[in-house]
Amino acid sequence: MFEEYKNLWVYIEVMDGKAKNVGLELLNPGRRLADQNAEKLVAVVVGNDVEHIAKQAIAYGADEAIIVDSDIFDYYDTDLFTSAFESLILKYKPSTLLIGATNNGRDIGPRLACRLKTGLTADCTGLDIDSESGNIAWTRPAFGGNLMATILCPNTRPQIGTVRPGVFKKGTKDDTRSGRIIREDIVIPESVRKTKLLEVIREAAGAAVNLEDAQIIVSGGRGLGKAENFSYVRELAAALGATVGSSRAAVDAGWIPYAHQVGQTGKTVMPKLYFACGISGAIQHLAGMSSSDKIIAINKDPNAPIFKVADYGIVGDLFEVLPVLTTEIKRMRGA
Amino acid sequence: MDYILTDQQQEIRKLVRSFMEKKVKPYINEYERNSEFPVALHKEAFEIGLHGFEIPREFGGTNVGYKTSAVIYEELGKIDAGFALTICATNLALKPVLISGTQAQKALFSRLILEGGYASFGLTEPNAGSDAASISTVAVRDGDEYVLNGSKCFITNGAYANVYTILALTDPSKGARGLTAFIVERDRTGISVGKEEDKMGIRTSNTVEVVLQDVCVPVENRLGEEGQGFKIAMKTLDISRPFVGNIAVGMAQRALDEAVAYAKQRVTFGQPIANYQAIQFMLADMAIKVDTARQMCVHAVDLLEAGLPMSKEAAIAKCYSTDILVDVASDAIQVLGGYGYMKEYPVEKILRDSKIFQIFEGTNQIQRMVVSGALLK
Amino acid sequence: MNILVCVKQVPDTTEIKIDPVTNTLIRAGVPSIVNTFDSYALEQAVRLKEKYGGAVTVICMGPPQAKAAIRECLSKGADRGYLISGKEFSGSDTLATSYILARTVARLEKEWGAFDLILCGKQAIDGDTGQVGPEMAEHMKIAQVTFVSEVLSVEASAVTVRRDNEDREEIVQAYLPAVVTVVKSAAEPRFPSFASIIDTWDAEIPVITPADIETGGERIGLNGSPTKVKKTFTPQFVKKGVVIREKSPKDSALKLLSLMSDKALV
Repeated sequence: MFEEYKNLWVYIEVMDGKAKNVGLELLNPGRRLADQNAEKLVAVVVGNDVEHIAKQAIAYGADEAIIVDSDIFDYYDTDLFTSAFESLILKYKPSTLLIGATNNGRDIGPRLACRLKTGLTADCTGLDIDSESGNIAWTRPAFGGNLMATILCPNTRPQIGTVRPGVFKKGTKDDTRSGRIIREDIVIPESVRKTKLLEVIREAAGAAVNLEDAQIIVSGGRGLGKAENFSYVRELAAALGATVGSSRAAVDAGWIPYAHQVGQTGKTVMPKLYFACGISGAIQHLAGMSSSDKIIAINKDPNAPIFKVADYGIVGDLFEVLPVLTTEIKRMRGA
Repeated sequence: MDYILTDQQQEIRKLVRSFMEKKVKPYINEYERNSEFPVALHKEAFEIGLHGFEIPREFGGTNVGYKTSAVIYEELGKIDAGFALTICATNLALKPVLISGTQAQKALFSRLILEGGYASFGLTEPNAGSDAASISTVAVRDGDEYVLNGSKCFITNGAYANVYTILALTDPSKGARGLTAFIVERDRTGISVGKEEDKMGIRTSNTVEVVLQDVCVPVENRLGEEGQGFKIAMKTLDISRPFVGNIAVGMAQRALDEAVAYAKQRVTFGQPIANYQAIQFMLADMAIKVDTARQMCVHAVDLLEAGLPMSKEAAIAKCYSTDILVDVASDAIQVLGGYGYMKEYPVEKILRDSKIFQIFEGTNQIQRMVVSGALLK
Repeated sequence: MNILVCVKQVPDTTEIKIDPVTNTLIRAGVPSIVNTFDSYALEQAVRLKEKYGGAVTVICMGPPQAKAAIRECLSKGADRGYLISGKEFSGSDTLATSYILARTVARLEKEWGAFDLILCGKQAIDGDTGQVGPEMAEHMKIAQVTFVSEVLSVEASAVTVRRDNEDREEIVQAYLPAVVTVVKSAAEPRFPSFASIIDTWDAEIPVITPADIETGGERIGLNGSPTKVKKTFTPQFVKKGVVIREKSPKDSALKLLSLMSDKALV
């Protein structure tokens, strides 16, 4: 039905002149899916002065890269970027488009899908090919993570999905790989713009708690008992050079500001290490941190659901365990 | 299922419950620790109308009705007895005015509550607790004024009230039949607030002495006729007693909930203690008491709403709810074991708060007199 | 100002449990709530009304019981509410839903005039897609700003907002009319009051049906939904993790660190 729609595209989102990690991560499953469908894997980069990113994408597995390179694309804008993608898609007719589910990714995904009158599946955590139909099978959480759904887009093209950062790992980089880089000059009149960026604030109150990029996170939950006990969490975090996170219960109890909340209605994180202290592991919390590389749980309840996802779990009193960890880590780091 | 409520009643309960959980529960322990009256928390409560739910609509309140009021008092009791009593005491002072006041008096009293937030009921004196007839505060008629002299003790909200309902003797020779009720605004000269009591519990509630020295109030401030004060006071207490029971039920429910939650997660000898029949039976007995008490309060309120006599039922509701409260609170501490005794956990406070409930609003001995009086008529 | 807020009634997903036998969601007995993020959107709308004057209209697509969600919005400052309901709407994915909402806006504008600002929550806590707001904006060919934590000011032809963008915040200006989706770091939703609950209890909530929005069947319901659910399942968490339970907390902590240093994790 869709013979003219070919090839799997991955959007490589650019911020501050660098590719966001998720775009490079998606080249990994992208490669697998493209190979299964005997299609090309194409990286799409929209930005200003982005040729090096196209090369980076090819090193990470793309067969080709399409770049839209102009100073009007220096910073993300919904309408300019949507129009650029619309032009590209109408011209090249990809069968599939993967977009990293960053804030900007989740901004452009639906706008573009609606413009193209096609289906979009959001915040995917699994990508496969549906053996019956050959369509992409998009697997994603719903009901705060209580339910997983596998979605197909059988009747329209392209099939589009936003994919959660940190779920897939980047493939190995091979700088010897080469591939065609296609420059597309897309002229978009200023009148297309409907929004204007006035200011970027990097040290804002909310932004100061940068959980999304944190490599190590130490989170506290209801088991801490009261606000003052976050000191246990903060001290361990300081010793590790980690960011402090929180479950929703602790935020709702007023023990720590919302900016620290990890979970379905908080931030989604993907650190190398995630310490869950006094956190039971409600599904909505897991929804925010299950992409962590290694999860360490400390909880006195041996039946806490967190132990089902933890790589390491200590069943014990966090008020005794955390200080020991803190002291030992300081010692190991030669403090 | 505790109460059978309409959708609108459930919506109001939801509002009070979420307000108390979010705006009071996280902060009240700090006030408790410092024995501090939580002015800021009450101010926020006023914004959602928690000081006006017994005031008639025509005077600016929302008058949600007795049943809904009962539900509200239970929700308040679940979080903090002192907070609940502050509101309950204001409404206690309002009741005599609603029972026997003129439209102008109702409007005045309602306005004063809505402006400032609090009122006080001034009945009790150092020598007159259960024996209301031994009141010695006097009100002497002088032209078109009364001059009040005397002192009241254990007055809830005394330091914060905008207005008091004061019981004073206009005719000392008649004993109880010589009592008259008056509306006394806070800004009348001669009113002073004495020392604040240092109490075992309900420490977020303000309890003080109130002294009246040549306080002049106009005749317009007298509620009903001279000599009607005792009857008005008794009718007031009848209506108010089930609500005190509701607060007690809320406190007992909280104690039970804490005990259940603890029993599920505390592990001894390799199992949660909730697996042991000894604990299960304790929790069951607590639940039986709480649910029974609640239904007695609901019954008394149903009779009230139907306009039927309910003195005996009100007395039973108050007496039983408060007696079981003390037991349930004590049992909750037992379930929590050593931790239950520590201020870090919420149950020891409930026990400390509970004892006064067997004493004020008519001691439980007086309640038994009311019940036996009804039986032996 | 003429403000529209889109709300959804959802199950309280923090109360949902999984049936251990059938491995399906137990929805019975789970309370229905106004979607968390939509409450934040409504709060922004009511604040704007208080600042600039005007009215807040709420629309909600759902079954008849969703009227309770609209009533809650009325008790929190919305001036009027409409339920969008009809069996032809069921099975709609986000593209179809956003189309229905856009058609509803067109219908309501005939009565109330053009809306300056349309506020939505960032995502529904059941669907979790976050797509309906932007898709509405696209259907209506108007501006969108997502992940907004505060509407800072509104001028004659533009709105200025604060947008969360991971490690930074952006101050963005959008030409009116615009769709804005709101996050939880925005101002806390207010409580209703006793008076507002009682006063709005009997408010009429008109129902907008498929016939009212003049749409053929092709763009609504299952027909109008390019995405199809192939299957649903409950997530299984089976991680072969190491559980440490030594004699003392100190021993447990040290054991953890030794295991982790073996793997060069610390």
